Amino acid sequence: MRAAFVETLTALAERDPRVVLMTGDLGFNMLEPFAERFPDRFFNVGVAEQNMVGVATGLAESGLIPYVYSIATFATMRPYEFIRNGPVLHQLPVRIVGMGGGFEYGNNGATHYSLEDVGILRMQRGLTVIVPADDAHARDAFEQTYALPRPIYYRLSKGSQQIPGDFELGRLTTPRSGGDIALIALGPTASDALAAAEQLSAQGVEATVAVVESFNPSPVADLAEVLAGVPYAVSVESHLVDGGLGTLVSEVIAEHGLPTRLRRCGLADLPRGTTGSLAFLKEEFGLSPSAIAGTATSLVASARR
Amino acid sequence: MPTTSFRQPHTGTPAANLPLRHRIRLHILEQSHRARFGHIGSALSIADIVAVLYGGVLRGTGEDRERFILSKGHAVLALYAALYESGRIDRATLNTYCADGSVLGAHPEHVLDPIDFSTGSLGHGLSYGAGSALAARLLGQDRRTFVLISDAELNEGSVWEATMFAAHHQLGSLVAIIDANGQQACGPTQRILDLEPLAARWQAFGWSVHEVDGHDVDTLRATIDAIDPTSPQPHVLIARTTAGSGVSFMEHQVAWRYFPLTDEQYAAAAAEVTAAGEPR
Repeated sequence: MRAAFVETLTALAERDPRVVLMTGDLGFNMLEPFAERFPDRFFNVGVAEQNMVGVATGLAESGLIPYVYSIATFATMRPYEFIRNGPVLHQLPVRIVGMGGGFEYGNNGATHYSLEDVGILRMQRGLTVIVPADDAHARDAFEQTYALPRPIYYRLSKGSQQIPGDFELGRLTTPRSGGDIALIALGPTASDALAAAEQLSAQGVEATVAVVESFNPSPVADLAEVLAGVPYAVSVESHLVDGGLGTLVSEVIAEHGLPTRLRRCGLADLPRGTTGSLAFLKEEFGLSPSAIAGTATSLVASARR
Repeated sequence: MPTTSFRQPHTGTPAANLPLRHRIRLHILEQSHRARFGHIGSALSIADIVAVLYGGVLRGTGEDRERFILSKGHAVLALYAALYESGRIDRATLNTYCADGSVLGAHPEHVLDPIDFSTGSLGHGLSYGAGSALAARLLGQDRRTFVLISDAELNEGSVWEATMFAAHHQLGSLVAIIDANGQQACGPTQRILDLEPLAARWQAFGWSVHEVDGHDVDTLRATIDAIDPTSPQPHVLIARTTAGSGVSFMEHQVAWRYFPLTDEQYAAAAAEVTAAGEPR
């Protein structure tokens, strides 16, 4: 989604002089198209994420729309209190752009895994969290939300999967329908959920795949409808199972009094001493298509016993 | 300083013949006494600085207004007093300080119209100020941004991120004022985390440094007036101040960050401030 981000943002900046881009010294060989087109509205603030969010708050208070960019974990956790006391408390349109959520920076190790970002930012009321499923959804999301008068966190993926359906803020996309089980996927994990659904179908289990791409507003009504139609559900997220999608789905089930049996695919803990490629880590932490399908199968089997 | 008898009960607007900085001190004492809450020593420390800023320095209204960020939010009693004295909030609002449901808490919130930024957690204000000054440049607005920072706040690393940013981007319309009173929450700054040489540090970070007596309002005003907002360097006023300034039994006493005044202490403090401000 790197190209989708920089191309869309450059187009927005072309239309709207309020758009400003800042980076905490990351995005080499990526942000240049914006920087070259709008050198006066591009700032590499250096390795200083707290100040970046603070400066963005000052810019937004004066009427500008600043985008601040870094690797997902640095963009969110390092300046967390600045995000809370700045854009959130003041309800200013600062856009935090985090690249490579989950463990997309696999070989870089545990400090670079962003496995709590959705949960902690979802806790910030009045801050919208967007996790686009693919490049086209990312472009739509940037276009649809850039003028919202409140802060937004975009969790972007380095990958380039393609997911059917259109991004709509606060709504669910359901690229696949089936009556046996629902796989509820966070953003780009939809491609793995879809692959898992194919494997399940070969075993005679038909799965709905539903994709959550936004929180605050969250697709609560859509989720309740999907969950009410199936006896089983599996949430799938490249994130801790707490705080993010798994928690949202649990809340919807509980608050709507649904009988749906849920299992959450995601990380139970922060990985220590395990690095590797994205494919390896997905397998290791139960997020590969076969692992997701396995979780779904065992859920159905255990419930039938 | 000679003490006089307590002649004036300060339950209303202080006498108009008192200079603004004395009236601000009286409001700080009165509101903290009434509410039995507030960082009195820290507020008295900046009474003269806010008197200068709100006594004619800050210009403009609307989007082009000059911004003031009280990064040391715990000293907000001085700001509330200045907002009242400059006609930006009314007496009824001032009197809600720390009352249940009031917008006037012990740290400022931007939802009160004349306040631009909510502060309290230290180390945020200079970044806000740098963004505000940068925005003024991008938007072609001719305005300055003032940020009042406590010396202890300089312990926060984010402040130094902001100093580097402001100097690198040549934000000459940014004016930081350091309330260098040498006191922090648990004792003297020198003992807890020494800040000296303060001027040399800011100079090394590329700022234009002005060292002033933070209680000398004429010099403060003249120094601010002499600042060139088109200069390639941001400006810092290292204002040497006294915590608890103006009330002899509070000066240099860290306890007045925390303790409420007894009736007797309030009477003595108000009398001293009034006497100091009256024409001789």
